[in-house]
Amino acid sequence: MNSRHEARIGILFALPWILGFVLLLAYPLVFSLVTSFTNFSVLREPKWIGLSNYQELMSDGVFLTALQNTLLYTLGAVPLGTVLAIALAMLLNAKVKGMAVYRALLFLPTLVPMVAQATLFLWVFNGDYGLLNAALRGIGFSPPNWLGDPAWAKWTLILIAAWGCGQAMLIYLAGLQDVPANLYEAADLDGAKPWHKTRHITLPMISPVILFNVIMAIIGSIQVFAVPQVMFPGGAPARSTYMFAMYLYDNAFLYQRMGYASAMGWVMFLIILALTLAALRLSERHVHYETQ
Amino acid sequence: MRPQSKLALLIVLILTVGAAVLGERVVSREASPGRVTVVYWEKWTGQEGQEMRKVVDAFNRSQDRIFVKYLSISGVDQKTILASGGGNPPDVAGIWQEQVFQFADLGALTDLSPMAKAAGLTRETYIPAYYDALSEGDTLWALPSTPASIGLHVRPDLVPAEFASPETFPETIEELDALSDRISKQNADGSLVMAGFLPSNPGWWHWGWGPLFGADLFEGGKPTLNGPETVRAFEWIAGYSKKFGPQAVQNFQSGFGNFASPQDPFMTGKVATELNGVWKAIYIRVYQPELEWFAVPMPYPKDRPDLKGHSLLSQDVLVIPRGAKRVKEAFEFIAFVQRQDVMEGLCSAHGKNSPLNEVTEAFFENHPNKAIRLFDQLARSPNAIYPSRSGFFPRVSGELANAFQEVNTGLKTPKQALDDAQARIDGLWKTYREQVARS
Repeated sequence: MNSRHEARIGILFALPWILGFVLLLAYPLVFSLVTSFTNFSVLREPKWIGLSNYQELMSDGVFLTALQNTLLYTLGAVPLGTVLAIALAMLLNAKVKGMAVYRALLFLPTLVPMVAQATLFLWVFNGDYGLLNAALRGIGFSPPNWLGDPAWAKWTLILIAAWGCGQAMLIYLAGLQDVPANLYEAADLDGAKPWHKTRHITLPMISPVILFNVIMAIIGSIQVFAVPQVMFPGGAPARSTYMFAMYLYDNAFLYQRMGYASAMGWVMFLIILALTLAALRLSERHVHYETQ
Repeated sequence: MRPQSKLALLIVLILTVGAAVLGERVVSREASPGRVTVVYWEKWTGQEGQEMRKVVDAFNRSQDRIFVKYLSISGVDQKTILASGGGNPPDVAGIWQEQVFQFADLGALTDLSPMAKAAGLTRETYIPAYYDALSEGDTLWALPSTPASIGLHVRPDLVPAEFASPETFPETIEELDALSDRISKQNADGSLVMAGFLPSNPGWWHWGWGPLFGADLFEGGKPTLNGPETVRAFEWIAGYSKKFGPQAVQNFQSGFGNFASPQDPFMTGKVATELNGVWKAIYIRVYQPELEWFAVPMPYPKDRPDLKGHSLLSQDVLVIPRGAKRVKEAFEFIAFVQRQDVMEGLCSAHGKNSPLNEVTEAFFENHPNKAIRLFDQLARSPNAIYPSRSGFFPRVSGELANAFQEVNTGLKTPKQALDDAQARIDGLWKTYREQVARS
C-alpha cells in the first residue's frame, strides 16, 4: 500500500469527525463572530453595524450587573466547590469498609438533572417551610429568606453549586490514588503529622489535577444558566441573580437580538480565556509535575 | 473493483436511497391521506391542552379537506420564530397577546385582515378591546383563542361583614388600603400572618400598576416608565412594603404555595384579597370547592373616578407565521375557533370569558365561574387596559417588573427605581427603533 493511498484511507476514516467539526462547530463559530457585528434578528436580513454591539455592551447597565453577578458567583462557587471536592475525595480515599457505597452515594447528586435539582432546592431553601431554615431555626438561628432577599439569593446559588462537586471529587480521588505511598512512608519516618502530609505531599502531588478542575469550574461558573433560570426567572429578586448566560439567552430568544447575543458570547469567550490564562500563569509557581 | 469495495458501495447506495425515500416519509407534514395538513403548535398542556384538542378534533370531523395536526409545544413562541427563520414554521401558532407586536416587528406574522373580512370577522364581531389589542390600522395580526379580564377576588370570611359583598366592598384604592390595614395580622416579631392585600401577589402584571393609576406607558409613542401616575402607583406599592416591612413581606410570600394547588395563598387564607384573572374560579373549584369568594373591579384612586371599572386584559391568540405553507387552510381553522358555539365551549372549559361581542345566555348560566358576568363587563369597560401595541412592550414589562422588585424589597425608592428603568429603556428604545422596529 503506497503512502498516498494510506493518507486517503486515513482522511476517509477521519472524515466523519472533520465534517462534524466543520458543520457543527467551525461554521457556527465563524457565523456567530460575523453575526456579532450585525443587527441580525432571525427573520430579517442582517445589517453590518461594525462594533456597535460591543460598544453598547460597555454601557449596558443590565449587562454589567449580569457580569458582576457572574463573577461574584464564580468567586464564591469555584473555591467552595474545590475545597469541598478535595475534602470529600480525601475522606473517600481512606481505607474504610464499605467505601464503594460511600463513593457511590457522594457521586449520586451529580446524576440529578439540573432542572430537577433546581426544583428540589426551591423547597430546601424556601424561607418559610424549607428544610434548611427549619434546621437553622432548630439550632437557634434566625435564618434569612434565601430566595426572596436580594442580599442572600446569590449565596443560595453558590451553596447549590457545591452540590454538584461529585464530578470533581471523583477526579481528585483518582489523583489521590496516584500519589506514591512511599512519600507518605518517608514522611511518617520523619514524624510528619497528618496536616503536614496533606500540605507538603498530597496537595503538591495533586496540584495538576487541582489546576484542571479549577479551570473547568471557572468555565462552568461563567456559563452557569439552568439552575438560576429555573429558580430565579428573570434574575429575581431585582436582578440579583441575573447571570451572564441568562442575559445572553434573553437577548437571543426573548428579544431576538442575535447580533447582540453573539457579541455577548464572544465577550464571554474572552473572559473565560483571560481567566484560564491567569490560572495557568498562577499555576507556574504552584503546580508540581512529576516530570519536573 | 474488488468484491469488498463493490459490497461497500452497494450498502452506501442502499442507505442513500433508503434515507431519501423513508426520510421524506418521516419528516413529512402530511398526516392524513387525501387531506391538506395544517400544523398547529400550541403552548397548552394538561386540561387546557385537552380542551383545545377537542376543538381540533371537532374541526377535523366537520369537513374532509383539511386535517389539523395539533402539537403541544413548550417555548412555542421561541420555537415558532426559529422555525420561521429556518423556513419551516407551523401553519398556526398559539402565542400570547403581549408578543403579537414583537412578532409583527420582526416580520414574523401574516396579516389576517383580508381573510378575516372575507370570513365576516370584523371589529364588530369582538369585544372592542380584544380586537384592538391585536390590530393596528387595517392590519390584523392575530385572533383570540381564549381571553381574560382581571379583577379583585375577595374572601368574605376574612373581611368585616360590612364589606363582605360585591355591593359594599371598597371602590377606591384608599378604602382598600384602610380595609387592608384593619384586617392584616402581624405577630409581635413583625412576621405576617394574614395580609388584607399584597401588590406583590401573584405578581404577574407589574406593567399594569401604572395604567391602573391612569398612566400611558407609551406617551406620545415613546416608552414612559417614570410618568407621574406610574410613580404614584409605585409609591403606593412601596407603602405596602414599608407598612409590613420588606423582610416580612418576602418571608411571608416565600411560604405561598403554587396558584394551581391547595396551598394557594388566597385559598389558604393568607391573603384576604387578590388581583387575579377570570380563570381563578377553575382552580378554586378544583382545590377548594367549598370556598366562599366574590370578585369586584380593582379599586381606583379616589381622585380618578374616571378610572372606575378598569381591568387589565390578556389573551391567548392564534397567529399564522410568515412563511406558513397552508395559509388559507390555517385561517379556515382559526375561523372555526371563532364560531360562537366553539369559542364559548372552549372559553367555558378554560374558565375564561368570551372575546365575542355576542354571548349566549347559556354561556353565562353554565359557566364554571359564578362571577363570569362581571369579568365580561370588565372586558367591555371603556377603561379596560391591554398591553401596549408595541413590539417593545416585553422590554418595558421586564423593566417595570425589575423596578417593582427593587421597590418591594426596599432597595430603591419608587422614583429612583423608575428613573433608572427609564434611563435603561431610553437606550434600548433608541437601538430598537434603529434595528428592529418597522419603518
